[in-house]
Amino acid sequence: MRISVYVPLAVSAVLAVLAPRLAHRLPPRRAAWALACAALVTTAGWLGALALLAFTALARIPEIARQGAWSAAVLSAAEPVRLFVGVAGAAGLLAACTGLAVSCVRQVRAASRIRRECARLPGDAELVVLDDASPEAFALPGGLRAPGRIVVSRSMLSCLDGREREALLAHERAHLRGRHHLFQAVWRLSAAANPMLRPLAGSGCYVLERWADEEAADRVGDRSVVARAVARAALAASGTPRRSLAATGGAVPRRVRALLAPPPRQRRLPLPLLAGGLLLALCCGSLADATMDNEEILDAATYAACAPPLAAMPPMTIPPGDQAGDQAGDQPVMSRWRRSAVARPKAGSLMCVSNSRTWTVLPRRPSRKALNSVPSTTGSW
Amino acid sequence: MGHRRAPGELESGVLATLWAADGPLTAAQVGERLPGDDLAYTTVLTILSRLFDKGMVMRQRAGRGYAYEPARDEAAHTAERMRDLLDGGPDRAAVLSRFVSELSAEDERLLHELLGDGR
Repeated sequence: MRISVYVPLAVSAVLAVLAPRLAHRLPPRRAAWALACAALVTTAGWLGALALLAFTALARIPEIARQGAWSAAVLSAAEPVRLFVGVAGAAGLLAACTGLAVSCVRQVRAASRIRRECARLPGDAELVVLDDASPEAFALPGGLRAPGRIVVSRSMLSCLDGREREALLAHERAHLRGRHHLFQAVWRLSAAANPMLRPLAGSGCYVLERWADEEAADRVGDRSVVARAVARAALAASGTPRRSLAATGGAVPRRVRALLAPPPRQRRLPLPLLAGGLLLALCCGSLADATMDNEEILDAATYAACAPPLAAMPPMTIPPGDQAGDQAGDQPVMSRWRRSAVARPKAGSLMCVSNSRTWTVLPRRPSRKALNSVPSTTGSW
Repeated sequence: MGHRRAPGELESGVLATLWAADGPLTAAQVGERLPGDDLAYTTVLTILSRLFDKGMVMRQRAGRGYAYEPARDEAAHTAERMRDLLDGGPDRAAVLSRFVSELSAEDERLLHELLGDGR
């Protein structure tokens, strides 16, 4: 737990660096799926790790320890993470959850507004043309049943020739058919929970555009036509004052260059995908390991709460001030043992004192010395 | 271009062609301007009359047939609403995947260069 709990945090940092490269090396469709999986797993790992850290800090609060019927003192003595790290984890968890909630509300609001507008558009044709002098083209995703619409302004249509118009329509159609807005939602949510994933979300936007470009190229049958359509549309749009929208800057020349290059090869098991998969497996594995360690420590602390003399033995000692945690009711502790299917150790038997993984022989009877060292617990034994 | 296009896609193509043109177009002219030479004259005519029935295009007599142009009355109104929609911040922008993003001066220079190569 001392190391493994930090692994998900490290994996997010590595992904932040790696994601843009991954996005360039893989075919766009595969890259989009890889980035979406990476975002989901890393966000879950991030939240899990923060929750574990937060728990180690919160569990030491006497009131919470009393509720959970474990010994706060034993937890503190085991000290899998330092207190300030745990507190930082709790703060991080709070920030992540708040960010997630805010982003969720905003996105739902944006999506419902867009769906409303989509339903209000005139006619039922796929293409909606705006009588607008500024070149504009985008896809309006519909709801679950309603198909989306492609919205293009008149001036955008007139600055492209026939085949380029077809490329533009095929591109937007690919966005709608691939439900690319859902990918965007995943990336935006994960970036809200974990700011380190922002670069990943940025590369995601680019990858989706590339995906639609490739699909359009496939449709039109000529990559250079799509390249020309993208370049001419971008140049036409840059001539007019545009509405301020934060889009991925500098992406257009890269898209055009990628379209002028030969199509991306589909290797059977590309190295970046393999590396990403290993990274995510590491993330999951270490989180599971940290959780199990935490569970063991908690079990030890719970046992200590119901058998105080044991806890008094080295290496774990109970400071005299911790009486509250140890007088926790016996009943919930018993049920806890039963639930975890661990036989409650008998005196004189061998038992595992958990995290340190050392075997200790329980004394047949609590020695007088042990009882004296924990004066408050003599009554309950 | 081995793709067979769905009727909805053809309709979009025809509509886009009409909007891109300077004046009204006859069915034959639309057919010429549509990419792909696999479109029969009657197919274009069918699509045009369907669009006319929906009120999306207007037509006027031209010789023995009709010349078509897009109906513009609603499009200006829609443009205003869409402008509002686009001004809604990054969350909306993420849902509305735009065809092209903004360019820097360097991007523009690069694009001109690439276009020169691409032609």
